[in-house]
Amino acid sequence: MKRKIEKSELIFKIVAYFFLIVFAAMCIYPLLYALSAAFSSGSAVDTGKVVIVPIDVTGAAFMSVVQDNMFWVNYANTLFVTFFGTVWALGYSILGAYALSKKRLLGRHGWNFVLVFTMWFSAGIIPQYQNYMQTADIFANLGIVDLKWTIIIAMGMNATNIILLRNSFEGVPSEIEEAARIDGATEMQILTKVYIPMSKATIATVALFFGISRWNGYFWAFKVVDYDHRFSWPVQVYIRDYINKYTSIAGEADPTTVDDRMYWYDTHSYAAVSAVYSMVICAIIPILAIYPFIQKYFAKGVNMGGVKE
Amino acid sequence: MFKLKYDDFLVYDEATGTYSMSPEQQVRDQTEKNRWKNVGWTVLKDWRLYIMLVPMLLVYILWKYAPMYELMGCFKDPTTGDTEHVATYSWVGLRYFEEIFTGLESNLFWRAFRNTFITAFYGLLFGFPMPIILALFFNEVRSNITRSVIQVCVYLPKFLSTVIVTSLALILFRGTGGGVQSIGVVSKVFQLFGASKADLENGLVFTTRYYRTIYVITDLWEHAGYDSIVFFAAVIAVSPTSYEAAQIDGAGKMAQMRYVVIPSILSTVVIMLIMKIGGLLSVGYEKIYLLYGQGAGQNIQNNYAACDVVSTLANRWSDDADTKACGIAAEMMNNLIGMILVLGANSIAKRASDVSLY
Repeated sequence: MKRKIEKSELIFKIVAYFFLIVFAAMCIYPLLYALSAAFSSGSAVDTGKVVIVPIDVTGAAFMSVVQDNMFWVNYANTLFVTFFGTVWALGYSILGAYALSKKRLLGRHGWNFVLVFTMWFSAGIIPQYQNYMQTADIFANLGIVDLKWTIIIAMGMNATNIILLRNSFEGVPSEIEEAARIDGATEMQILTKVYIPMSKATIATVALFFGISRWNGYFWAFKVVDYDHRFSWPVQVYIRDYINKYTSIAGEADPTTVDDRMYWYDTHSYAAVSAVYSMVICAIIPILAIYPFIQKYFAKGVNMGGVKE
Repeated sequence: MFKLKYDDFLVYDEATGTYSMSPEQQVRDQTEKNRWKNVGWTVLKDWRLYIMLVPMLLVYILWKYAPMYELMGCFKDPTTGDTEHVATYSWVGLRYFEEIFTGLESNLFWRAFRNTFITAFYGLLFGFPMPIILALFFNEVRSNITRSVIQVCVYLPKFLSTVIVTSLALILFRGTGGGVQSIGVVSKVFQLFGASKADLENGLVFTTRYYRTIYVITDLWEHAGYDSIVFFAAVIAVSPTSYEAAQIDGAGKMAQMRYVVIPSILSTVVIMLIMKIGGLLSVGYEKIYLLYGQGAGQNIQNNYAACDVVSTLANRWSDDADTKACGIAAEMMNNLIGMILVLGANSIAKRASDVSLY
């Protein structure tokens, strides 16, 4: 009897380990391939010799990216948008969530509904696009010509994050608030001295959610910031533009750039995709750098995000 | 003579022949007024709280609700009136709805609508069980270090941007051409399973047959690991004594799964499933837009048959004033159905388990 249990358990364990290791390898493989292709010679990449280790190691593609000024301008834009976008979104989210968490707030359910409704229904791409373009116009009239500010202020709303914050604030015992009030704390002091320190984990999680979505944002930045304003592009838009121009992976070339593709090797010793991969590596380095520290917050955030009421 | 509950609210003055408010009603009226006075007072007392609400509401009204004003564009002819202001267009009723349902654009619309459902359905069919399986298997890994290493690997793709995910996919599945002699590295795996030469050289992402497979694979790659977190939390919450009890009763590994683990994570699974179904129609258009190839070439146009969803179709329609209204109408339909699904799913979840997301 005992042996039988051990046998079935062993088989299950072997299957589990095998499956997990294969899946983990699959998850990591494209990144490993990116790394080796970035440092391989053009012919090795284009003839498909590179599978997992770099062939004919060369840093030419990576150096070309390092020297690409436009890439770094856009990279700096992304850092800028990520930082200020997160601060802005976190700011109004914390204030709003704090107010929403108070039972004494009149029309609490109504205000809540204003938030939650946006999770159910959105106007769609075309109206949203018109709205963003009008916003950009209004900002320009106000003297804010840089489209980065449109991206920072008008985009990246997330009602789920506000609800996460609200739930966390609701979990703070009201006795502490009352004690602070008796000691003469103002509303703002209660928020900054009591609520924010007590919900540090949630705020960190929400800040990371906002930050990651800012770092990775593409579509609306691409739609709103056109080629003439490419000095305001985030880096994701630059990478995609580079792909469309110089590689054939995303479909056919624009008539104006088809020559760049045709005669690529006349002026370059590396493959265009190697440059793309070098950019990809540069773009994920910040995420990889903070990833070990943020992982536990994300696990926590997901479990909090679940069920309430 | 019948008596109403509050039939004493008026008194008839026989001398003047007029009605006036009864004393009881005057008291009632006074308390009502007091209540309103109190409302004003509570708001005034906590005015800081309401000021705190203002920035958030402003942001939502300006950039989430203001676009909904533009939705009326789907009932209006954009070639009339002042192009800048949707309110000045003339009303045309349901003309654009007719156009997308039965008229000129109906082929494109129904194709995109069907694709939205199919894409979402495949995403659910493969994307839902995978995190559960991963969570069950994670539970088998006894060594904390090994498990952490594997978890770090499988969560990682979630943090990459859509541009990066799609460019990795496009390169790994690329075809030949443009000076490239070799097909993508992962395409070679498909070659082993008998993908045709023409498809491989065209680039597997741009073929109608393999597009959905690749979409599902990249979806799993991106989300499965991260989505397993919530199930893994449910699995490790099962108390060890339950396993021991089952073992003493002679349950093998499969029996333990069947009678101990599955029942205890079932409520989580049901909730997550209902929520997934609720979000069925909000497929990520950004990824599809980036994956489905740019350009007017025949090979890419053919691919639209498999991958064009309502949002990407509306995005393509948005350039032309003629089709713009159709795009607004199409996406509004899609989002309304999506909203009904979400609300339905939420009310089912509420009834099934007394919990809901909203």
